[in-house]
Amino acid sequence: MTSIEAHVQQPYKYGFVTDIESEVVPPGLNEDVIRLISAKKGEPEWMLDWRLKAYRNWLKMTEPHWPNVKYGPIDYQAISYYAAPKQKPKLDSLDQVDPKLVATFEKLGIPIEEQKRLTGVAVDAVFDSVSVATTFQAELAKYGVIFMPISQAIREHAELVQQYLGTVVPANDNFFAALNSAVFTDGSFVYVPKGVRCPLELSTYFRINASSTGQFERTLIIADESSHVSYLEGCSAPMRDEHQLHAAVVELVALDRATIKYSTIQNWYPGDEEGRGGIYNFVTKRGKCAGVNSKISWTQVETGSAITWKYPGCILQGDNSIGEFYSVAVTSHKQQADTGTKMIHLGKNTRSTIVSKGISAGRGQNTYRGLVKIMKGAEGARNYSQCDSMLIGDKCGAHTFPYIDVRNSTAIMEHEASTSKIGEDQIFYLRQRGLSAEDAVSMIVNGFCKEVFKELPMEFAVEATRLLGISLEGSVG
Amino acid sequence: MAKSKALLEVKGLRVAVAGNEILKGVDLTIRDGEVHAIMGPNGSGKSTLAQVLAGHPAYQVRAGSATYAGKDLFDLNPEERAREGVFLAFQYPVEIRGITNSYFLRAALNAIRKNRGEPELDPIDFLQVLEGKLKAIGWDDTMMNRPVNEGFSGGEKKRNEILQLAVLEPRFAILDETDSGLDIDALKTVANAVNQLRAPNRSFLIVTHYQRLLDYITPDVVHVLADGRIVKSGGPELAHELEAKGYDWLRDAAMVS
Repeated sequence: MTSIEAHVQQPYKYGFVTDIESEVVPPGLNEDVIRLISAKKGEPEWMLDWRLKAYRNWLKMTEPHWPNVKYGPIDYQAISYYAAPKQKPKLDSLDQVDPKLVATFEKLGIPIEEQKRLTGVAVDAVFDSVSVATTFQAELAKYGVIFMPISQAIREHAELVQQYLGTVVPANDNFFAALNSAVFTDGSFVYVPKGVRCPLELSTYFRINASSTGQFERTLIIADESSHVSYLEGCSAPMRDEHQLHAAVVELVALDRATIKYSTIQNWYPGDEEGRGGIYNFVTKRGKCAGVNSKISWTQVETGSAITWKYPGCILQGDNSIGEFYSVAVTSHKQQADTGTKMIHLGKNTRSTIVSKGISAGRGQNTYRGLVKIMKGAEGARNYSQCDSMLIGDKCGAHTFPYIDVRNSTAIMEHEASTSKIGEDQIFYLRQRGLSAEDAVSMIVNGFCKEVFKELPMEFAVEATRLLGISLEGSVG
Repeated sequence: MAKSKALLEVKGLRVAVAGNEILKGVDLTIRDGEVHAIMGPNGSGKSTLAQVLAGHPAYQVRAGSATYAGKDLFDLNPEERAREGVFLAFQYPVEIRGITNSYFLRAALNAIRKNRGEPELDPIDFLQVLEGKLKAIGWDDTMMNRPVNEGFSGGEKKRNEILQLAVLEPRFAILDETDSGLDIDALKTVANAVNQLRAPNRSFLIVTHYQRLLDYITPDVVHVLADGRIVKSGGPELAHELEAKGYDWLRDAAMVS
């Protein structure tokens, strides 16, 4: 192994297990399990019906195998669909959160205690199937911003949830979305009222802890007219020899002139060098620019998971709406990623930008798959796509599948792609100037990812660069 | 004139690349403040000598030694050599996307300053250091805000190497075919910049195929490398002799020895 490869393939730092008493529903999936989940969440009847309908649809669907990834069969009856730490039934304040949970999130860099909170960031901390704490809820409420676990929103803001749930990602959209719709447990709900610029960054941190469980979170963000919100999700899981399934659904709705910025730092356990263990990250994320002049921007930094399968996309329905996708996906060891975006142009003068950076090391396989579709009515639509791949070592792979479907002749499309190999000559050049081998790799990788990192909120750009073993200064130099 | 102290002493150096022996026993002594030129035909091992002194991992030292400032040079990894003052101006400088020239050069300077026990420079202090150095190579700071060598012409890349040399102020600078691909104006600028950097505590090893750079930088010693060995050494006049006679007469001499 070269020094470059050794540096890229650092050990996973978040692989610890929290020793906490949990309530885990026995493995298996059937209508009774769904009823049990719904009952545990205290859900109204309509929600249970929605879940059961999704489940019945799911039974008729088959797992997709078109992605450019390989894995053994998943036994859906061997997974437990609900795990929650045992705690007091009613929490009056965050001080009553189990200290072990507080310590866990602190160790992950997400302090939830009043005094230690990140300034300027409200956090919803999700542990296995439940949200354990949501900070700054009261402060946000002063602005009319609703930020709470989705289970709570289903109880307290049923009309909003009912109006929008499943409107962007229908319950029968695909196999994993249908599964999620049947069994989703927690995740965040955000509503930003008309004309409000959300005063804090909103963030959800997902932690898988229990073994033999899956995590099925559901996030729904609604930005009402002329509002603005920036949201970030982070995640991690213990190191285990088994694979664990994470099948999330995220739906975003931007009304007239609203802007949603959604950033992800995905750091699920990637498995070891031999490909043992690691999370299967099969996720459906989609945003709808429903209103005129609305904007949805996805930024993702994907370093974890054994397998990643996700295509955060935008439906550009409102005239002059804008969709953006900025992505860094890293695969090392035996990780596989098939990720990209879908930009569906429906409205006039809609614009989309795609910047994808794939980094492959070890025996990692990295696939960019993207669809840009310009529908008949999308007069004057524009798309710019840029897909860059970087290879580190000679046992990894990079693949690109850009699909372009244009049905309106006024569209302007641009596509650029490049593949480069980080070589000993590049490293040697930097070392000859006095930089260590580690700093040299960091600098090269950081420079490669710069266009994406600059899209991240400042607080999280630090985390992202650190994840790649990179100093932030490099990206702002 | 009393001879200054030896900065670099190379003895019996044999070096292979991918199993092929390129240097077959090189002896070379460079003293403080001296400028040495290494000339020779293509494939003679000139660039190999430059790369192995800087520590490129693809070049294996099979035999011999190199003492630099009292230390075993081959005991030091490339960055340690750089921090101890060994600088190589590359024949083919690499491009680094997304990292500005200014950021890169400051990181390099700070790595070296740290090694010297000097405080690191912040961007403002660094700009002041940079200002005078830029003038010497005829640049303004727009070049500093571009990514390292990306989209630079061949001449601009070479000037950038000389700028780095001027900013990092090494004790021992190796110039590997810095003159290749330069037009006459750029050549003069580069030569002038190098001449300004000549100092009693700074030595140079200039690797070149042609004598024309040596019209502007007068070396103290000229060596001819042929077939992996230094076959002749002399004063600046040797460069002119080579220009007139070519390399063949020396190559033949190397073959029979």
